[in-house]
Amino acid sequence: MLWVDKYRPKSLDKVVVHEDIAQNLKKLVTEQDCPHLLFYGPSGSGKKTLIVALLKQIYGASAEKVKVENRAWKIDAGSRTLDLELTILSSTNHVELTPSDAGFQDRYIVQEIIKEMAKNRPIDTKGKKGYKVLVLNEVDKLSREAQHSLRRTMEKYSSSCRLILCCNSSSKVTEAIKSRCLNVRINAPSKEEIVKVLEFIAKKESLQLPQGFAARIAEKSNRSLRRAILSLETCRVQNYPFTDNQVISPMDWEEYVAEIATDMMREQSPKSLFQVRGKVYELLVNCIPPEVIMKRLLHELLKKLDSELKLEVCHWAAYYEHRMRLGQKAIFHIEAFVAKFMSIYKNFLISTFG
Amino acid sequence: MAPVLQSSQPWVEKYRPKQVKDVAHQEEVVRVLTNTLETANCPHMLFYGPPGTGKTTTALAIAHQLFGPELYKSRVLELNASDDRGINVVRTKIKDFAAVAVGSNNRQGGYPCPSFKIIILDEADSMTEDAQNALRRTMETYSKVTRFFFICNYISRIIEPLASRCAKFRFKPLSEEVMTNRILHICNEEGLNLGGEALSTLSSISQGDLRRAITYLQSAARLFGSTITSTDLLDVSGVVPLEVVKRLFTACKSGDFDIANKEVDDIVAEGYPASQIINQLFDIVVEAGDDITDKQKAQICKCLAETDKRLVDGADEYLQLLDVASNTIRALSEMAQDF
Ligand SMILES: Nc1ncnc2c1ncn2[C@@H]1O[C@H](COP(=O)(O)OP(=O)(O)OP(=O)(O)O)[C@@H](O)[C@H]1O
Ligand SMILES: Nc1ncnc2c1ncn2[C@@H]1O[C@H](COP(=O)(O)OP(=O)(O)OP(=O)(O)O)[C@@H](O)[C@H]1O
Ligand SMILES: [Mg+2]
Ligand SMILES: [Mg+2]
Repeated sequence: MLWVDKYRPKSLDKVVVHEDIAQNLKKLVTEQDCPHLLFYGPSGSGKKTLIVALLKQIYGASAEKVKVENRAWKIDAGSRTLDLELTILSSTNHVELTPSDAGFQDRYIVQEIIKEMAKNRPIDTKGKKGYKVLVLNEVDKLSREAQHSLRRTMEKYSSSCRLILCCNSSSKVTEAIKSRCLNVRINAPSKEEIVKVLEFIAKKESLQLPQGFAARIAEKSNRSLRRAILSLETCRVQNYPFTDNQVISPMDWEEYVAEIATDMMREQSPKSLFQVRGKVYELLVNCIPPEVIMKRLLHELLKKLDSELKLEVCHWAAYYEHRMRLGQKAIFHIEAFVAKFMSIYKNFLISTFG
Repeated sequence: MAPVLQSSQPWVEKYRPKQVKDVAHQEEVVRVLTNTLETANCPHMLFYGPPGTGKTTTALAIAHQLFGPELYKSRVLELNASDDRGINVVRTKIKDFAAVAVGSNNRQGGYPCPSFKIIILDEADSMTEDAQNALRRTMETYSKVTRFFFICNYISRIIEPLASRCAKFRFKPLSEEVMTNRILHICNEEGLNLGGEALSTLSSISQGDLRRAITYLQSAARLFGSTITSTDLLDVSGVVPLEVVKRLFTACKSGDFDIANKEVDDIVAEGYPASQIINQLFDIVVEAGDDITDKQKAQICKCLAETDKRLVDGADEYLQLLDVASNTIRALSEMAQDF
């Protein structure tokens, strides 16, 4: 088992970071009338960990007996029947799924599952009727229709079914949904907190962890806890005992993006554009999300540019990423950005050096 | 008041008014509907406005008050966006429901029980245009025996022919005073202690959305016990602290891109929603003193508007904030605005 999974805290009392939030969540579910929850925050900040621990807090050990299944639905959509399939995780009292995986059909899935869950309510230990929990991941990727269709459902079934929504970017969740939940912001842990977690893991694994080294991993993790733990484990495989200045290698795809940035700075021509296109395509084929490529590429370019150019390049990165969102083929828009950059940079070189 | 029953419903549902007269702040619609209760007649209705202002509450309340619990099921059809509402549903479900005749006006069990049925279409703004068009006929055909209540957040998404058949009511965001009254009522019921400062904080952070206010109140009550301060409320609401936005603005003023970039990095890592940062930045820019010219303000606001639209389209928060920062830097240091 990877360390990220092995050392994922199992209960709200055992978390190493976000202790205050964990304690608050615990109080929030002491009564049966807790509101719907929306967790949001950057990737690798610990949202899922808290959600899983919260479920355990509500339902006890039974929440840990999770089964994974591929469910198929036949949905009667008026004139036709839709066949949908989706992977769901479930225990006796909760169901977890990522509805955006169903694409445009996401709203049907959400509706079906909520109605199903609302049908048989669990009885809690004190003999009171309790509620079930539906965990929806990546709600920021949910279609507008699906979000709209949640509005009344969240109210109608609120006594039998509680929703826990999880996403990275709460700007993409409609106001009507946000209004129906308690919004819980999970910030990325600070570097000091990340070091604390690394030290915790090192101790459990009986490893010597030099302070300077831990600090460097935290520094390079971009405040993602998951990233930091993965790095630590990779470094452990590459070289142990650790030394303060041992190499912390970036991820393969990041190195590849750095290479693309270097290409763009070296030569601005149709030929170079063609080559860059090939490399970007390679990344996309390997399932690196297009917006992640765009952000990383910008990051690499900014490291190399004069300050006046930085402003302009940022502007275009934002411009093309937005267009990418509206369009269908990511590669077109990334390529357009690359071409735009080359043109700006070439003009700059000509006007500066003639 | 009876002792508060242990309920598994969140407070927002528990404190949903059951009677039209208890709906706060929407005097116009309350007046019309009170009248309806007397005359037992009403036009088709269209309720629109921002979340948490009482639209659904009002529609459900009037339906219950008109028919009472016994007739409710047979006289009221509640459809929302969760039920499939393609053209087909409109053609069949609504027709079937509307077509069954009802007896003439006769009061039953103290309820007016008018001789029409009510069809509540909640979240009507997510109905397809085709489905809305199909409704026009149905509305006319059965106008004697049905009343339609359309409810939506965005009136612009309702086709004109439908909208023009209804009496339209805009639900306003609740004023601070009304909100305060309602909150105090709940505090009373739940035995909570809320000082004046906390009350006004709660009203201001919920921005006219009473549902939000109630959720904050309940959460704060669970977390901090029965005496709740203004800080507690800010804590649960997750509003972006003013300093954060100010720091970003100051960084832009310095003209140093790298400093601004660092601020954006931090904002994203802290998980603050970009949409909210932009709202607050807008306030800061508009209220800024004389060191910023009107032209500069206009340039920044133009960019904020563009960004707002892009965020709604689902653009990346980090890149958009960086664009805002870079535009602001350019506006403040009077660089050329267009590339
Ligand atoms: N509170 C915590 N204390 C200690 N370790 C934690 C804590 N939260 C998370 N971790 C560690 O960080 C890893 C990543 O956390 P998690 O999967 O919860 O992130 P996430 O916010 O759901 O990310 P994403 O948005 O990318 O899905 C976990 O596998 C776990 O090892
Ligand atoms: N005008 C009001 N008077 C009293 N309570 C209200 C009012 N508006 C909202 N509330 C409270 O907020 C909750 C949500 O209100 P309601 O469901 O009517 O909102 P809505 O206008 O339909 O919002 P949405 O557009 O998000 O559906 C209610 O349960 C009630 O507790
Ligand atoms: Mg996760
Ligand atoms: Mg409503």
